[in-house]
Amino acid sequence: MTGEIAAILAVDGIASGAIYLLIGLGLVLIFAVTRVIFVPFGDIAAFTALSLASLETGTRPGTVALVAGLAVLATLIECTALVRAGALSRLPRALLFYLVLPLLPAAAVWLVAGMALSMPVRIALSLALVLPIAPLLDRIVFRPIADASVLLLLTVAVALHFALSGMGLLFFGPEGVRTKPLVDAVFEVAGLIVNAQTLLIVVAAVVFSGLLFLVFEYTLLGKALRATAINRTGARLVGIRPATTGTIAYLLASLLAGISGVLIAPVTTIFYDSGFLIGLKAFVGAIIAGMTSYPGTALGSLLVGLLESYSSFWSSAYKEVVVFGILIPVLLWRSLSMAATDDEETEE
Amino acid sequence: MRKIIAAALAVASLGVGAAQAEITVGFVTSQSGPGSSIGVLYDRGMKAAVEYASSIGTEKIKFIQLDDGSDPSAATRNARKLVEENKVDLLIGTATAPSTIAMAAVANELKVPMIAISPITVPAADSGDRWVIAMPQPPSLMVKVVVDRMKRDGIKNFAYIGFSDAWGDLVYNGAQKPAEANGMKILTNERYARTDTSVTGQVLKIMATKPDAVLLGGSATQGALPPLTLAERGYKGPLYGTPALLNADFIRVGGKVVEGVLVSAGPVIVAEQLPDSHFSKKISMDFRAAYQKANGMPTTDGFSAYSFDAWLVFLDAAKRAMATAKPGTPEFRTALKNAIFTTKDLVGTHAIYNFKPGESYGVDERSLVLVRLADGKWKYEP
Repeated sequence: MTGEIAAILAVDGIASGAIYLLIGLGLVLIFAVTRVIFVPFGDIAAFTALSLASLETGTRPGTVALVAGLAVLATLIECTALVRAGALSRLPRALLFYLVLPLLPAAAVWLVAGMALSMPVRIALSLALVLPIAPLLDRIVFRPIADASVLLLLTVAVALHFALSGMGLLFFGPEGVRTKPLVDAVFEVAGLIVNAQTLLIVVAAVVFSGLLFLVFEYTLLGKALRATAINRTGARLVGIRPATTGTIAYLLASLLAGISGVLIAPVTTIFYDSGFLIGLKAFVGAIIAGMTSYPGTALGSLLVGLLESYSSFWSSAYKEVVVFGILIPVLLWRSLSMAATDDEETEE
Repeated sequence: MRKIIAAALAVASLGVGAAQAEITVGFVTSQSGPGSSIGVLYDRGMKAAVEYASSIGTEKIKFIQLDDGSDPSAATRNARKLVEENKVDLLIGTATAPSTIAMAAVANELKVPMIAISPITVPAADSGDRWVIAMPQPPSLMVKVVVDRMKRDGIKNFAYIGFSDAWGDLVYNGAQKPAEANGMKILTNERYARTDTSVTGQVLKIMATKPDAVLLGGSATQGALPPLTLAERGYKGPLYGTPALLNADFIRVGGKVVEGVLVSAGPVIVAEQLPDSHFSKKISMDFRAAYQKANGMPTTDGFSAYSFDAWLVFLDAAKRAMATAKPGTPEFRTALKNAIFTTKDLVGTHAIYNFKPGESYGVDERSLVLVRLADGKWKYEP
């Protein structure tokens, strides 16, 4: 391997690492606040890419039907719960949040699909379209079992992934898509050709992790999220509703998934089931950081990206084996280096 | 319980036997699930076949179709149901290789002849008997024709990049023997997965070996990923591929970059460009006409033609088998099997079929032509 090849591989690895980083941050965010390992995360990223591609070719994205279906289901569940609790006065609010708001972008896309739209509008529409998916899934699937064990939540998340992947096939069909590049320029940095798209991915990853950092450190909302993550009961005692912080965490994470979907769509072909593997690799990155630390997840995701890139050069057939095999030493190291702690201690 | 079932089956078979002695064909394809993009084509091809000929002489053919949902266990269930309940004389199926292998196991066990329409390694029954033939060109032949063409084009070495699955293995293994025979060198054996986001590492390795040509062992949409990355890294040499790239999505995603790629294909793909003297010309045009009539749309794909050819093989064999036994009986199934395995010089859309006892593939190099992608269309290259 020459220095040039090593450098190209490094650039490629950082680009994929940046995608895993965005998704990894979302995974950690949801896990910290709700204790759910949100396996279908990659699916949402893939759905964004597929929606963007549909808008680009002027067809109506399958996501519209998906969001509409989820919104109706969530509204029914929420309204039934409210009626049973006798809290009729909260019905209009529930209708607004679970029916009207999610359906707004869906309706907008439904109306404009087929028109020639400019790139920023298409991206904004795709993002707005997938934004409600994670919060709605939270309301339908995870809210009723919010106090269950981490293992049960994980099992349900895996089942949810299979359900979503099946719906993806139904709504988007079996063929893959690839969108037009967001930016077409090519830079030369120190004799190395760097695609502007690659640069954009890295910049987006840096910007959004920076924004997340600012939100968590300096806003009341971020502090509420952190409080819920550290101690749910304590957070409730000081007036933070875990259900609300959960929804916000899902919204933020949905946004991160959407952005990574938009960024990855022009780089490779995305299928309805592509998201799973991307999500799993991001998960490996998050595990390296123990599912708790945001900077650690960022480093872990980059490591996964680089590892993948170099192993695809050395021995492409064993690439996935190398990436997932790294879990074994990492888990060994983590379990040996840490004192035995009770995972569920925050629940009591 | 077993006695009751046996009795019920005996009564049922009496019922069938008492009815008219028509030939019953059971057809399974994937009309849903991930295999449906091909499965639907097989279905349309079969509709065209039935449109083309739905009887043998005066004898009507009873045709039963089931969907396996791209699921091997459903394919097994369907095959079993067709044989045990519907008493079919022949099985035809199905769209995905795992499901086809599952069906072949049932055919071997229940001693029913079967025509496989997916390229599979056909298993023999435990007794050593063969009940199953496969229509498609075997993958090794698809690759051999391409490698021989490379030799003709003056290529001395080539790099390989393909899927990290069974298909990638089939293409690589298929390329080894002809490459050796032609004195060519395979420089790399790079692999990638369908869900991969980048093949930069693999492509860099290929570029480092400075190959004369690159052989692509991917398929459909994601088959275009290596050519795109190769172009990004400045590769200007020729690209070769297999029929797995004969796909509208490969062209859509690959765009300008995949122009000029040369792949092997069944002659039916370019039927209208073939010279009149070509064996496939007339039957392929007949097939296209029947397809248009049965489905109300034109076709240029090769998959539907496998269904059609399977039907032709069946018609030819059934004609000979009917002389020796009565349809619906085990004797007829054996006679039909023997007739299928002695098919001689049967002209189909893809090939001239010659099946011999003990061999499940019956095509030769005439079943493949080379086509080049020019202006988004596949062009016949004699």
